[in-house]
Amino acid sequence: MTEQHTTETVGADPGRVADPAFDYLLGLGDDALIYAQRLGEWLTHAPQIEEDMALGNVALDLIGQARALLTHAGEVEGPDPVRDEDDLAMLRHEREFRNVQLVEQPRGDFAHEMARLLWFSTYQRALYSALLTSTDETLAGVAAKAVKEVDYHRDHATQWVLRLGDGTEESHDRMQAALVAVHPYVAELGEDHGAARWAAEHGVGVLPSSLIDAVNASVAGVLEQATLSMPDAPRWHARGGRAGVHSEVMGYLLAEMQHLHRSHPGARW
Amino acid sequence: MYGNDFGQPGTTDPGAGAPPHPLNAAETPDYTDALAEYFDGLIEEDQRVEPRDAMPEAYRTTLIRQMAQHAHSEIIGMQPEANWITRAPSLRRKAILMAKVQDEAGHGLYLYSAAETLGVDRSELLDKLHSGRQKYSSIFNYPTLTWADAGAIGWLVDGAAIMNQVPLCRCSYGPYARAMVRVCKEESFHQRQGFEILWVLARGTEEQKAMAQDAANRWWWPALQMFGPPDTGEHASSGHTAQSMAWGIKRFSNDDLRQKFVDMTVPQAQKLGITLPDPDLAWNEERGHWDFGPIDWDEFWRVLKGDGPCNEQRIRTRVQAHEEGAWVREAAEAYAAKQAARHQPEAVA
Ligand SMILES: [Fe+2]
Ligand SMILES: [Fe+2]
Repeated sequence: MTEQHTTETVGADPGRVADPAFDYLLGLGDDALIYAQRLGEWLTHAPQIEEDMALGNVALDLIGQARALLTHAGEVEGPDPVRDEDDLAMLRHEREFRNVQLVEQPRGDFAHEMARLLWFSTYQRALYSALLTSTDETLAGVAAKAVKEVDYHRDHATQWVLRLGDGTEESHDRMQAALVAVHPYVAELGEDHGAARWAAEHGVGVLPSSLIDAVNASVAGVLEQATLSMPDAPRWHARGGRAGVHSEVMGYLLAEMQHLHRSHPGARW
Repeated sequence: MYGNDFGQPGTTDPGAGAPPHPLNAAETPDYTDALAEYFDGLIEEDQRVEPRDAMPEAYRTTLIRQMAQHAHSEIIGMQPEANWITRAPSLRRKAILMAKVQDEAGHGLYLYSAAETLGVDRSELLDKLHSGRQKYSSIFNYPTLTWADAGAIGWLVDGAAIMNQVPLCRCSYGPYARAMVRVCKEESFHQRQGFEILWVLARGTEEQKAMAQDAANRWWWPALQMFGPPDTGEHASSGHTAQSMAWGIKRFSNDDLRQKFVDMTVPQAQKLGITLPDPDLAWNEERGHWDFGPIDWDEFWRVLKGDGPCNEQRIRTRVQAHEEGAWVREAAEAYAAKQAARHQPEAVA
């Protein structure tokens, strides 16, 4: 006797988000939240005390963006009952997170962080600049504040990529190796997905594919000045974060971030 | 502020429970007075010793040691709280905690700069910290085991630190006094956020209340030890108190500051609903102060000398960050040198 192929799924797709408006905002908010979580790990581990402060600043800006975006996402998702920033940050499961895999990757050395920060802040700057004219006024407001913040982040990362690229032989090699390691996570920033297509059609958001070439060109300009080279096209690249498919490290990140909140259901903090 | 200090009974909204005023020494007339005197001092400049002034060598070395150890305490003190950044129970708490840890880094930098006005440099002082030749406040050799510890540190440790630091706003050495004026303001926010963490926990679930009480149990005595050994009696240390007082670096004795801290903190514990772990704690009408039980000075000296739960770990973490960052700092120096060379006019052949 052969087994029959099941035609009905056992349950709903855990990564499915029905409302594209909600889904789009989650993507923006989760990028900021998860990157802030990783950057927060740097405090007390940075190469110099000034850098503890600077990375703390970047993380704080991103937490602020995440809170505004997730709060707004909860309102857009609608009543019964409205989920607030903490419901969304602390009580969603891994498959419901919409961030790109770039931001969830573990903290590498300082060169890896500057490679990631340069690419991500350059992307965020392009993104928030486009969102200034969003038909979603709340989102446009968040973007107006955030665009100045990420401009500073980008400048900070640029200064370090220049110093490391054109510093010592060791720093040059480490910076180049970091670029190669981070590169496979860049393409996902520019991949269109359902929610982004909906957002672009409705004037709420922007197609990632419309941003990525300028982002890469801007990064390439910094690399050239830093005597570094843009890595060759990688053999593989990350995909799936916007649909809630993450890398294995994501579960551990969420376990750490969520465990205290989840251990005390309904408690206030 | 008065009159609606504690919100409505049964209110759990942290925003509704405004903590009592004053909550810490930076909110008392002592601080405002110190500020006033400081600014008056600026006008009659000769009241402050400034970096270029002639000064006794012993005064100079005492100040360098004290400012360096103060700076080290700010930097090492980042660790126990940074321990909770990734696990903070809400995004608001995560942001506040990150900002606090970041402030401490700023305090450290500010104090290293103040020390540098006396002709040492930061890397030299960091070397002394890393090799154990200079100390930091022993309070940071205790672990932060639960979220409530982040609250207890703010409430008790920052609170005790401010009690020590407000008088330093009047310190005879100008750069140190100025650093303290700025630092005390921020420490005051830190102490408030710590109190607020505990305030919410103490009005939360049974588990949260237990968490708050447990943290107070573990941090109360080490906080009292922060003021240093007693000025008299068998445990008195042959320290530098008398000389520092004569030089106007120190304004109050260890025991006076400890008593002020106890007097200010006991009523706060009562408002919180937290029982301080001292059966001898009692109001003494005659003295007009709270009496408290004996402090375990053996524990104090043991932890100070290295045998505390986190001494090894704190220094290891610091040294590791420093060593792992060496190539980054070298790169920055090399880059700066190249830039300077590029911007120099062509050397004459
Ligand atoms: Fe501080
Ligand atoms: Fe503090």
